[in-house]
Amino acid sequence: MLHGPAVELGKDKSIEKKTRLGVVMFTIYMIVYAGFVLIGTFLPKALGVKFISGQNLAFLYGMGLIVLAGVMGLLYNFLCTRLEDRLNKEGHS
Amino acid sequence: MIYQVSSTAIMIFIAFVAMVLGLSFYFARKTQSASGYYAAGGQIHWAVNGIAFAGDYLSAASFLGICGMIAFFGYDGFLYSIGYLAGWVVALFLVAEPLKRLGKYTFADALDAKFNSRGIKLTAAISTLVVSIFYLIPQMVGAGAIVTPLLGLPHWIGVVMVGSIVILIVATAGMTSTTYVQFIKGGLLIVFSLIVVVMVLNKGIQRTPSADYHKSLVLAATLADGRVTAVADDSYQVLGQHAEGDLTFVKLAKAGIASWWKLNRGAQAPELEETLSVTVTRAGNTLYNGEAKEAGKFYQVGHVHKVIVDGKEIEETGPVGPFKYIKTLESSQIVRFTKKAFSFDGEKVTLFFQTITPGSDIMKPGLYYKLDKGSTLWSRLDFFSLMLALFLGTSALPHILIRYYTVPSQRAARKSTIVAIAAIGFFYILTLFLGTGAMINGGLDVGNSNMSAPLLAKTFGITLFSIISAIAFATILGTVSGLIVASSGAVAHDLMDKYMKIQMTEKAKVRAGRIAAVAVGIVAIILGILFEKQNVSFLVGLAFAIAASANLPAILMLLFWKRTTAKGIAAAIVVGMLTALVLILFSPTLYEIYGLPPAAAPFPLQNPGIISIPLGFLTLIVVSLLTKKRETTSIPEKAK
Repeated sequence: MLHGPAVELGKDKSIEKKTRLGVVMFTIYMIVYAGFVLIGTFLPKALGVKFISGQNLAFLYGMGLIVLAGVMGLLYNFLCTRLEDRLNKEGHS
Repeated sequence: MIYQVSSTAIMIFIAFVAMVLGLSFYFARKTQSASGYYAAGGQIHWAVNGIAFAGDYLSAASFLGICGMIAFFGYDGFLYSIGYLAGWVVALFLVAEPLKRLGKYTFADALDAKFNSRGIKLTAAISTLVVSIFYLIPQMVGAGAIVTPLLGLPHWIGVVMVGSIVILIVATAGMTSTTYVQFIKGGLLIVFSLIVVVMVLNKGIQRTPSADYHKSLVLAATLADGRVTAVADDSYQVLGQHAEGDLTFVKLAKAGIASWWKLNRGAQAPELEETLSVTVTRAGNTLYNGEAKEAGKFYQVGHVHKVIVDGKEIEETGPVGPFKYIKTLESSQIVRFTKKAFSFDGEKVTLFFQTITPGSDIMKPGLYYKLDKGSTLWSRLDFFSLMLALFLGTSALPHILIRYYTVPSQRAARKSTIVAIAAIGFFYILTLFLGTGAMINGGLDVGNSNMSAPLLAKTFGITLFSIISAIAFATILGTVSGLIVASSGAVAHDLMDKYMKIQMTEKAKVRAGRIAAVAVGIVAIILGILFEKQNVSFLVGLAFAIAASANLPAILMLLFWKRTTAKGIAAAIVVGMLTALVLILFSPTLYEIYGLPPAAAPFPLQNPGIISIPLGFLTLIVVSLLTKKRETTSIPEKAK
């Protein structure tokens, strides 16, 4: 009993495509994140190497991971909204 | 250290608490249904919910813990910022929308939507309670830590105050008021942190943080057979010395006041350098730099040894941009403080001496989690395990998950997560500047790393310090409110209503939730007092590891593996939770707390995630495969 959501949700025909998109984007981010963790674990000296304008890899990679999360989040929302608008209007399943 | 209590601080604090309570009572009149209490009626705007997410998430651990860890250990503290934010990617891409589709009020509802299993209801409710309580302890400890300098009150009063105010908030209004409190607090925290960072950058990097900064004294020493026999200043008398490995500490006295100094056997002449010391005398009195706490001799410290720009040593940089600031820090030399504790002549001595550290070591991992110099395979695996738990822990925290039920649609759940990522990500970028700002601007209380961010604000004036401290207190109020709503939901909704099937009207359900909130609040107050000496960041890491081990395998496999069974989920929650708990109890950190040698701990890592998270997944897969046939024939699928 009472196992539905807190509010009634309309039927969403874009669920499958959005789920697939989420998995793809998660995998991309996970690979980038894993790169940072693996460099830290096995090649820690590399994090101190200077790259762009005298900033080291640790700073650039760490900041990059934070910024990338925001950018990928916006992209995901844009793509999901487009999928929802298109599939729910056209009546695709 | 001793903190001066100011009337400004007290007035700002009272204004904050009054505002929070006023908001609660206002929304209390609107909360009559269970949906209103647990999920704010599912009608919160996504932008408000997004900032409220940030408010929930930027707890004592983020604002006080991370900034403090960066101030003491440099980039290693920033690892928490990176990991905590990366966890939101898992929440956004994999968990937010499906959870919104499946759930009603609690995390257990979502897990149980497909199976209607008593085993899931029970284990998910217990897991919610365990994770929430482990997350509550550091918040309460943080509350106690911040009330001491802000209002000059003892630790336990801070804990009781937070507990009582939050019980009042949650027991009167539930999720609606919690959401708006989080929204206001999350917004204020980010705005005022930005103000402090702008002030740090505007001040730039300089050798002497301020005119009244206490620079450690240095005295030339005379050595005979390796022992200090006299110092250059005749007013000092040599009382004795103590060796700790390669280090030698010398006890001097001036006008009857004892102090500890570090012997530097330099190439030229040996010299003694003043340290900060805490001594518990044989009579049980605690002395700070040889005097009572009230004498104010336990200074706020932290400065740059050499400011180096383009290979040249300078006195100060003047205002700098964020990239120039980081680059200059990296090329400069910074004074950190290293702790040593020993017994001397029946007294317990803890002292903090200066360690000149290259900025290049501060701006990469390694000062806390040993990765390069002095590292072992275990220390590297510990780093790996921490990053794994941080990445997977966020989307398994019950008080974060319940916020998905406060918005009206899946689209709103997704958008609010993106607002949260933007707000939290921006704040985490600021933590690097707040932490290093405290490190070089005299923002360190070497005895309490949690105070670095407020003390940095204090270097810019008492008003800013008061506002930042009041926001930090409100931060704790808000996070504790969210945790107590999640815990009360687990008790009243999952256990009483769903598991025990106690028949209750809507009003009775809300009443049960409020009574549960009071009970959990009281437990949190007691634990907050008991765990006073514990490290805030460590306890939060513990909660993340338990959440990632117990809840995440269940959530992800339910969503993405069709052969998942109810028994598989229940078993994974139990195994993940217990494994994480047991490994933590037998870890080096806990052994140190027990008073045993850390090296004797049977489990060599501080972070259990590397073992307990895969074990949770494995348990779910094995048990699901073993129970698949029986469940598919007896339990129809209710929902997708």
